[in-house]
Amino acid sequence: MLEVRDVVTTYGPVLALDGVSLSVPAGRITAVLGANGAGKTTLLRTVSGLVRPKAGAVELDGKDITRLPVEAMVQRGMAHVPEGRGVIAELTVAENLKLGGLFRKGAKDSEADEVYDLFPALRERRDRSAHTLSGGERQMLVVGRALLARPRVLLLDEPSLGLAPRVVAQIFGIVRDLVDRTGLAVLLVEQNAKSALSIADTGVVLNLGRVVATDSADALAADEQLRHAFLGF
Amino acid sequence: MQQFLNLTTTGITFGVLYAAFALCLVLIFRATRIINFAQGAQAAFTTYLAYELVVERDQPYWVGFLVALVAGFLLGAFIERVVVRRVETGPEINAVIVTLGLFVALEALIGILFGQDFLGFPAPFDASSGFAVGDTQIAQTANDRYRILSVLVALGLLVALFRFTDVGLRLRAAAFGQEVARLLGVRVGRMLTLGWALAGLFGSLAGVLIAGGGFISPGFMQTSVIFGFVAAVLGGLDSFVGAIVGGLVLGLTQSYVAGYVDGDLVNMGALAVLLVVLLAKPGGLFSSSVARKV
Repeated sequence: MLEVRDVVTTYGPVLALDGVSLSVPAGRITAVLGANGAGKTTLLRTVSGLVRPKAGAVELDGKDITRLPVEAMVQRGMAHVPEGRGVIAELTVAENLKLGGLFRKGAKDSEADEVYDLFPALRERRDRSAHTLSGGERQMLVVGRALLARPRVLLLDEPSLGLAPRVVAQIFGIVRDLVDRTGLAVLLVEQNAKSALSIADTGVVLNLGRVVATDSADALAADEQLRHAFLGF
Repeated sequence: MQQFLNLTTTGITFGVLYAAFALCLVLIFRATRIINFAQGAQAAFTTYLAYELVVERDQPYWVGFLVALVAGFLLGAFIERVVVRRVETGPEINAVIVTLGLFVALEALIGILFGQDFLGFPAPFDASSGFAVGDTQIAQTANDRYRILSVLVALGLLVALFRFTDVGLRLRAAAFGQEVARLLGVRVGRMLTLGWALAGLFGSLAGVLIAGGGFISPGFMQTSVIFGFVAAVLGGLDSFVGAIVGGLVLGLTQSYVAGYVDGDLVNMGALAVLLVVLLAKPGGLFSSSVARKV
């Protein structure tokens, strides 16, 4: 569904991605793993158009979307949950959720109930300002908001960052369930390789902007040498 | 007692006008972190358009009023789209300097088109006599009430737009979380243009209201810009409520200082309030507690 081909992205003289290729099929979770500075976040930002690659292409359903403006991505079915819990702290929980479906004509406010059913903690706080939420609730809110965009591809950047293991397990469980039920394609970027591989189908290991391994999640988790060298567990 | 009432009503009238102007600055500042120093010159320009229609071409006051508001909206949008957009990606100070340049250029343009003389601007309602409650004479004129009411109605509409409409939600999202808003499909560029347009409209309203019953000259909005800015800073620069309260505090302070202390100390009074507020609460009265990178 989503194809990344030989993408090269630079920040000034710094080469952040050096010819990265991967594919994210429907109904699968593809995890991108690696240390800080490996280029994981840059990869997601390149895919969603927040930064422009120097070379290479990003394709969605066979169509080149490399040069599309960021605002147009969500209409093509791509939702990007940025790192650091992209809640808009000045808006209420309900307003944040509403933004998720706002670009679709005919989106109804009642659709938020689906998210409240998935994450009941949010329902009680719907009229509170989002800056009163805990870290876990913020992550639930941004994932829920992205789902209201009705995406076919979901990009998740470090959803486990700073969260209690129980909350990480809950969010990962919900994402896995959605993928199995709806055929959503997920590109998950994680430093927490162990949890990521436990829900992913495929893993891609990045190091200094290059892909050093691509394999099934089980095979990667079983490869002791690779784990020690790049994944830290 | 009579003096107190009169000083209070005068203070409220000026306070509301400062508040209207502070609101324009807040609208733009919270979305772009730019103080638009051209705001007063924009409003002066559109007030001159109204003058041209109403006084020179004998059109009804309300035609001039409407044309000024529409022109203010369009001029705000034009300035954002054509001038400010080009410097927005650089440091914020660049854009601020550009608005200073626009301020000078617009005032010069007004001088070229309309001359430097003081011109009488009509008021739609009686601007000379107050009213009496029993034995007490209140100095508030019908025109003062019209000014206050206009600002309140416009403010109500603006708040309703931001609070209850989809466009308002997009405007707030674009102001508070630009990157997130773009990822959610909000056309942030359009929202910024709309924000500048709304600020232009509000500024034009303030311009026409301030001019009514008095005189206009190319620089007639300069003091309003300064006091509107002070009011906005008092309120915290990114809060609508703060702008209103800041405007009222400033207007009342000036009025009381003028009445009870000395008319020459009005500006000192304004400065003193600003100092006290900023020493006690450096972010302003209603600054949001959310820290932001500047």
